[in-house]
Amino acid sequence: MSAPGWKASNVSTADSSTAASSASGSSAAARSGSRTSLAVHSLSYAFKGGPALFDSLSFEVRAGEFVALLAPSGVGKTTLFRLLAGLLEPQAGSIVLAGEDGDGDNAVTSKRQVRRIGYMPQRDCLMPWRSVIDNAALGLELAGVPRREARRQVSELLPSFGLEGAGDKRPHELSGGMRQRVSFLRSLLSGGDPLLLDEPFSALDAMTRTGMQEWLLQIWEQHRKTVLFITHDVDEALLLSDRVLVASVSPISRLSEFVVDVPRPRTYSAVLEPSFLQLKRAILEQLGHASAVRGGEG
Amino acid sequence: MGRRMKEAVPVVLFLLLLAVAWEAATTVFEVPHYIIPRLSAVLGSMAENGPLLWRHAMITLGEALLGLGLSVLLGVLMAVWIEGSRLAKRTLYPLVVASQTIPIIALSPIMVMWFGYEIWSKVSVVMLFTFFPIAVNTADGFRTADAGIGELMRSMGARKQELFLKWKLPSALPGFFTGLKMAATISVGGATLGEWLGGEAGLGAYTKRASNMLRGEAVFSGVLLLSLMGIAMFLAVSMLERAVLKRRGPGARE
Repeated sequence: MSAPGWKASNVSTADSSTAASSASGSSAAARSGSRTSLAVHSLSYAFKGGPALFDSLSFEVRAGEFVALLAPSGVGKTTLFRLLAGLLEPQAGSIVLAGEDGDGDNAVTSKRQVRRIGYMPQRDCLMPWRSVIDNAALGLELAGVPRREARRQVSELLPSFGLEGAGDKRPHELSGGMRQRVSFLRSLLSGGDPLLLDEPFSALDAMTRTGMQEWLLQIWEQHRKTVLFITHDVDEALLLSDRVLVASVSPISRLSEFVVDVPRPRTYSAVLEPSFLQLKRAILEQLGHASAVRGGEG
Repeated sequence: MGRRMKEAVPVVLFLLLLAVAWEAATTVFEVPHYIIPRLSAVLGSMAENGPLLWRHAMITLGEALLGLGLSVLLGVLMAVWIEGSRLAKRTLYPLVVASQTIPIIALSPIMVMWFGYEIWSKVSVVMLFTFFPIAVNTADGFRTADAGIGELMRSMGARKQELFLKWKLPSALPGFFTGLKMAATISVGGATLGEWLGGEAGLGAYTKRASNMLRGEAVFSGVLLLSLMGIAMFLAVSMLERAVLKRRGPGARE
């Protein structure tokens, strides 16, 4: 923790950032209507005997929105996923998904107890004993779709995922990027909403990562799924999302919001635009505050 | 297949060399036949007693396979139990692991006491030898299944049964085969020991009787056949393993 010593004042993080984002309207909300896909209200969670990870945290993701959650490593991102997926019970507060109040989208799966988000883990977690098609069909299979039908649905999507002709291959025969694409296809087809992507590209080399980011932009334009994308890479967060939520201190109690007003469709060259750089500076400053505060505490 | 054949050439040549050395040394140094018989005498005895040896070999093989089969059944059930119940995991698993330090040979006479001189005493000695490697390695296979896959499946709403069939079971296969290979190899030894302790038939009984009569070439032909049987069992399981796991790739055995 070699945090810069400047600005060690105890800032209330949310205030400074709303100033940063106030200039731009909420274009994402305007585009997708105001239907909420995921709403978290005053969520609190701490491991038994451990420090609190979340302290009355609230945020919302609207339907069709791409939101990046920018957080440094080790602040409880995995725990947040487990809470959102219903694998852990919040100690206080609530998590509400759109599908839960009988929206119809999740009608097929609502009989299952677990909350239905679509999860793409950091590691691809592909089953080495299954082919690409059968790996991608896992979610459909568990939702009770007949095997033949599930395989057909996967096969149709393989070309647009850059996996044409790879359907019968095993995971060990694929490159890292291809494995992540299979993993993404699997979460997309699992039918969960929203999609929670947990640092999916962090294990890839820089070149592959850039390619995958551009690919994800493209795919997202086609499917327009609601996405909550967890990352610790500022460029990645800005490039992909409509809104960036920055979690800077632990326990996470407030997220600073930055609306990304860079027009879509985007390509990687967007990272060079002035508005992009301005946002990046603001976010880095936000994170700088945070680490200064943390450095002061620790 | 051609490459595998080529890889086998040095081993085969070395074995031939050993055979020649055996024959030559026993002839040149005039080693008594009850210490080390000449290889040609061993092979001659084998040919002479062919049908008899075959009958004994089949009995030993039957005992080994029956014991191995029962161990697979019970060992896998034990592993499933250990995996499925937290209580069993805390109580049985440490015991099963610790039990591998018990000298199993020392327990074998108990089997004879319990099951008499019929085939079941031999089968139970085989099981004594083969149950633990299968149970432990399969349980380890369950235990080391990739937790990320389980988490993912749970997030997709997988039920307990689906988690077991689609995640735990395939994950445990490499461990199971590791255990089965160990068990297959020692199953022949278990059957032989059972026959020594109290048996009328089988290669164990045959070699013991021949040894009492100082018939070196008969002892060696029995030992040679038992060794071949162990190797054959190992190779058979290895081939089965390769057939089942070959498409998983090199990383699947972690």
